[in-house]
Amino acid sequence: MWQLLKIELYKTFRRPRTYIAFGAIAALIILLQFGLTVDGQEYADFMLQNLGNFEVQGKMLNGYMVCYIILQLMLVHVPLLVTLVAADMISGEANAGTLRLLLSKPYDRGTIVLSKFFAACIYTLILLVWVALLALFVSMFLFGTDDLFLMKTNYIVLIKQDDVFWRYCCAFGFAFIALVTVASVGLFFSALAENSIGPIVATMSLIVLFTVLGTLNLPVFDTINPYLFTTHMTMWKEFFDEKVTANNEVIAGSIQDMPAIIHSVIILFIYIVGLTGATIFIMNKKDILS
Amino acid sequence: MKYSVKILLLLPAFYFSLYGQAQDVNELIAKVKEKLDKVNDYTATGVLKTDVVFIKAPLSNVVIYYKKPNHYRMVKNGGISILPKGGVSVNMSSLISNDKFSILDAGETVINKIKTRIIKLLPTDENSSIVLSTLYIDETTLLVQKAVTTTVDNGTYELTMTYGKYAGYGLPDKVIFSFNAKDYKLPKGITLDFDEKTKPAEGTDQKNKKGKVEITYSSYTINKGISDEVFK
Repeated sequence: MWQLLKIELYKTFRRPRTYIAFGAIAALIILLQFGLTVDGQEYADFMLQNLGNFEVQGKMLNGYMVCYIILQLMLVHVPLLVTLVAADMISGEANAGTLRLLLSKPYDRGTIVLSKFFAACIYTLILLVWVALLALFVSMFLFGTDDLFLMKTNYIVLIKQDDVFWRYCCAFGFAFIALVTVASVGLFFSALAENSIGPIVATMSLIVLFTVLGTLNLPVFDTINPYLFTTHMTMWKEFFDEKVTANNEVIAGSIQDMPAIIHSVIILFIYIVGLTGATIFIMNKKDILS
Repeated sequence: MKYSVKILLLLPAFYFSLYGQAQDVNELIAKVKEKLDKVNDYTATGVLKTDVVFIKAPLSNVVIYYKKPNHYRMVKNGGISILPKGGVSVNMSSLISNDKFSILDAGETVINKIKTRIIKLLPTDENSSIVLSTLYIDETTLLVQKAVTTTVDNGTYELTMTYGKYAGYGLPDKVIFSFNAKDYKLPKGITLDFDEKTKPAEGTDQKNKKGKVEITYSSYTINKGISDEVFK
C-alpha cells in the first residue's frame, strides 16, 4: 500500500494541472490581502456603520479577521480546486490507457482505489496547509494580531486574542474533512467515466447545485438540506462562536454549538466512507475496456 | 372673607417654601460639586462588561483617565472593546462641572433603599450636547446614586452608581450604564453567512432592548497629575 501511495503521489504531483490550484489560491489570497491593506479601513468602517449607537475601539482589521474574511470567500471555491485532481484520479488513467496496466499489478482493486483516495487526501492536506500559510500566517504578519471581531448577520462575537489561534487550527482540521468529502465525490464520479472532463464537471456541478439549494433558504428544500454534504461543509464557522452565561458573560474557550459540529463531522464521514466504499465496489465490478 | 384672608396668609408661606426649596436644591448641587471638585484627576483600573443581547464580548481590563473639567478616556489593555457612543464618557464631574444649567427640584424617591432627592438639570447653553440630566442625590452623603441623561446625538443613558471606599471623593466602585440598544441586523450579502441561523445570545431576554455596560473599579489613583497627552 505504501508503495502504491508513493506512486500515486508521484503521478499526482508530476502533472502541471495539480499546481493550478496552488497558483489560483495564492493569487486570490494575495489579491484579497492587497485589497484589504489598501482599503481595509474603509471596509471596516462600512461594516461598523451598521453597529448603531456603538463604537469599536481597537485594531478591528487584524490578521485574524483578514484570515476569517479570506476563508469565508475561499472555502466555497477550494472544493472546486480539489475536484480538479480527485475527479481525474481514475478516469484520467482510463483516458490515458494506463488503467488496465495499473490493475494488472499484484494488488487488489480495493487497495488500488484506496491508494488513490489517500493520495487525494494528502494532496488536499497540502493544499489546505498552503491556504493556512497564506491566509493565516501571512495575514498575521501583514496585519498583526488582536481580538477577533466578527459581525454575523444577527449578532456580534468578540473573541480574545489568546482564544483565537486554536479555533483556527480546529477550523482547518474541519475544512480538511470537508474537502476530503469533496475528493471522495470526485473519486466516485471518476470511477464511472473514461475521461476526466465528465467527472470534474459533474462534481463541480453537484457542489454548486447543493450550495445553491442550501443558500436559498426556501422551506421546500428544508427537508433535504440537512442531508447535503455542502450544508455541513460550512460548519467550520461554528468554531468562532462562544457560549455565554445567563448574565450574558462570555465563557472563554467555549464553542457555542459543539454537538452541531460533531454531527456534521459524522455526516461528512458517512459520505466519505459511503462514497469510497461505493467506488471500490464499482471498480471491483467494472470491466476495464480501455 | 375669612377664607380669602387665609389664602392671603398662606401665599407668603407658599412662596417662601418654594424659594426655600430652590435655595435648598442649589445648595445641594453646590455641595455635591464641591465634593466632586476635590478630584482634579484620577487614573482608575477596572473591569468592563458589555451586556447587550446581540453582542457576545468577554470581560475586559480597562484603565480610565479623568482630568478636570471634562477630559475622560477609557483604554483597554490591548484588544478590542465595544462601547456605546458618547455614553461611557458621561460622568458626574462633567455633568455639573459648569454652571450653565437651570436646576429644578423634582421631589424625592427611594433608590436601592436610599432616600434620594430628584434634581433636574436643564442646560442653558443651546450648543450643549446634553438635553436634560436628572440626578438622584443622597442628601446625607452627597452622592449621586443615579443619573438619567438625554443627549442630542446618542439618546438617553442611565447611570447607576455604587459607592465604597472612595465615596469620600464621590468616586463610585461600580457604574452601570444602561441605554436603549437598537436592533442589529446585517445583510447576508455583507456577512457572507448564507447558512446563518438566527442565534441570539443564550440566556438573555430577547425582548429586552436595553443594553448595559458595567464598569467595576478596582482602584483609583487620585490627584497625582495626568498629562494632556493621554487624552489625545
